[in-house]
Amino acid sequence: MEMLSPEEIVESFKTALGSDFINSKIYQKEVAIKKNLSTSIWIYVKKEAFRKAVEHICELQKYPHLSVISSSDRGDIIELIYHFSMYYGHHLKALSLGLRVDLPKNDSKIPTITDIIPGAIFTERETQEMMGVEVVDIPDSRRLFLPEDFPEGVYPWRKDETGPHDMLRVLPGRRGTKGEQNE
Amino acid sequence: MSEAKTSYTIPIGPIHPAVHEPIRLDIGVDGEEIVDVDIAAGQVHRGIEWIGMNRNNPIQSIYLAERVCGICSACHPFTFVQAIEQAVGIEVPERAEYIRVIIAELERIHSHLLWAGVAAHEIGFDSVFYLVWRIREKVMDLTEYLTGNRNSKAMYQIGGVRRDITEEQLPKVKETLEYYRGVFNQLKTVFLEDMTVRMRTRNVGILKTEDALRLTAVGPTARASGVPKDVRQDHAYGAYADLDIKAITPDVLTGTVVGDVYDRIVVRLLEVKQSVEIIERCLVEMPPGAILTEPKIAKLLAMLKKAEGEGVGRTEAPRGECLHYVRLEAGEETLTTWKIRAPTYVNLMAIPTMLKGGQIADVPITFASIDPCLSCTNRAVVVDTKTNKRALLTNEELHYLCVEKTRKLSDKLA
Repeated sequence: MEMLSPEEIVESFKTALGSDFINSKIYQKEVAIKKNLSTSIWIYVKKEAFRKAVEHICELQKYPHLSVISSSDRGDIIELIYHFSMYYGHHLKALSLGLRVDLPKNDSKIPTITDIIPGAIFTERETQEMMGVEVVDIPDSRRLFLPEDFPEGVYPWRKDETGPHDMLRVLPGRRGTKGEQNE
Repeated sequence: MSEAKTSYTIPIGPIHPAVHEPIRLDIGVDGEEIVDVDIAAGQVHRGIEWIGMNRNNPIQSIYLAERVCGICSACHPFTFVQAIEQAVGIEVPERAEYIRVIIAELERIHSHLLWAGVAAHEIGFDSVFYLVWRIREKVMDLTEYLTGNRNSKAMYQIGGVRRDITEEQLPKVKETLEYYRGVFNQLKTVFLEDMTVRMRTRNVGILKTEDALRLTAVGPTARASGVPKDVRQDHAYGAYADLDIKAITPDVLTGTVVGDVYDRIVVRLLEVKQSVEIIERCLVEMPPGAILTEPKIAKLLAMLKKAEGEGVGRTEAPRGECLHYVRLEAGEETLTTWKIRAPTYVNLMAIPTMLKGGQIADVPITFASIDPCLSCTNRAVVVDTKTNKRALLTNEELHYLCVEKTRKLSDKLA
């Protein structure tokens, strides 16, 4: 397997995605005494090209390691970041790759990638129940952590009106924060 | 019930026999053979990320992160502070990087030994369980001596560590490491050369290399299947970047990779030895100097409140890769986003593959072999797929089955 430098990885995304590539960021930091570099790359792509971007990652490395999907409620959009680890198994050659994609809240759908990376199923299920994102064609759409009697349409990680505000209870003597009601 | 063994349904109590935390396994059996496994998690989801995003300031969240897990209470704060440091751009003194690694490796020793004891208990070797846990006490004592507490150590701080390891403390550290060097061969004999242990663990719960890669398994679970994933080796973080760490796969000892429970024992035992060596090297190479960039908490908090950015931290916890992602926004007192990914989260997905084709009596040891850490209540329901009958086995009954199988094998040997 040929290992590309962070800059070459970014370039390869630009070539593969064309105008669907939005921007990128490379973060490097020197570590401890020998000043080896720790590297993180952030790639921001359009929603339409998301599957293509994941397929491109699989071309760079046959089995990319998907750690988790993180999601942020940023007002009108939901930001998903797919955290990959590339080039593992080689001494200090691995780098973190965050594939970022924004979904508008009124159409928060993202295709599944479990057909490419079967190990994505848990994190897709979690993102679905916690953030209210619809993962299209997910092979198992049940909840992962939330109990069966948890109300529909409430998403714990949302910061808007679909968040769990009504379910919060502030104990006597404690200060409520961010929309929590003091009893 | 009486007509055949095939009509069992086995929910194993509210407590799983492998770990004393809850998770439910729904196991479909055809006779004794396991044909289908489903996992139901979430019994102890505590909404820790939510608290970090809505109530706590980032410094409070360090201590919350420490309480994600009762066993690996170093890896979560270690990962979390790294993510914050990347987001805010805080430098870490070199000496602090070394202390961080020493604490993390002490944790690995205790966690792997704890696991080895539990694994011995699962297959009915309680004498070995007591032996291993007695050996483990030494490292707990050392941790208490260095940090002031056996488990929740509160060592990690954004921009360094909170306590130094002083010259006077070194003799006790060296003595403990010497002790572990001494007992390593005994542990190796007990676990790897015992015929019964071998019969109970060889070719049980196999996870092939290809499956480990597809299911994104991490840590000793992946390495035992021949995947050389180890964050300490792969990513430059902490003092590990200076130390030329090599991921341990079972073939270094046995010459082959089977990917079974036995291989997972091999990997963990060798890693105990590796951890001892890492700590020894850290003690030699640790530079003098400061241990914390910003000791004034109020100043640090003000800096965090102004900061804007995102960061990702990765560490190798005893069970595998641990990842934290944080996003900070200026003016916000809490984190805007906090995502925690503990290693068991991904390793659980490998459980169905490991169990299928096995026997019910192998469930406890196979499930225990990923060293699951769940903060949850485990139940296993066994459904006979032909008759569709469900039966309930208690924790004790399933444990009995597992112990009984060992006894039968031992008798056969005798």
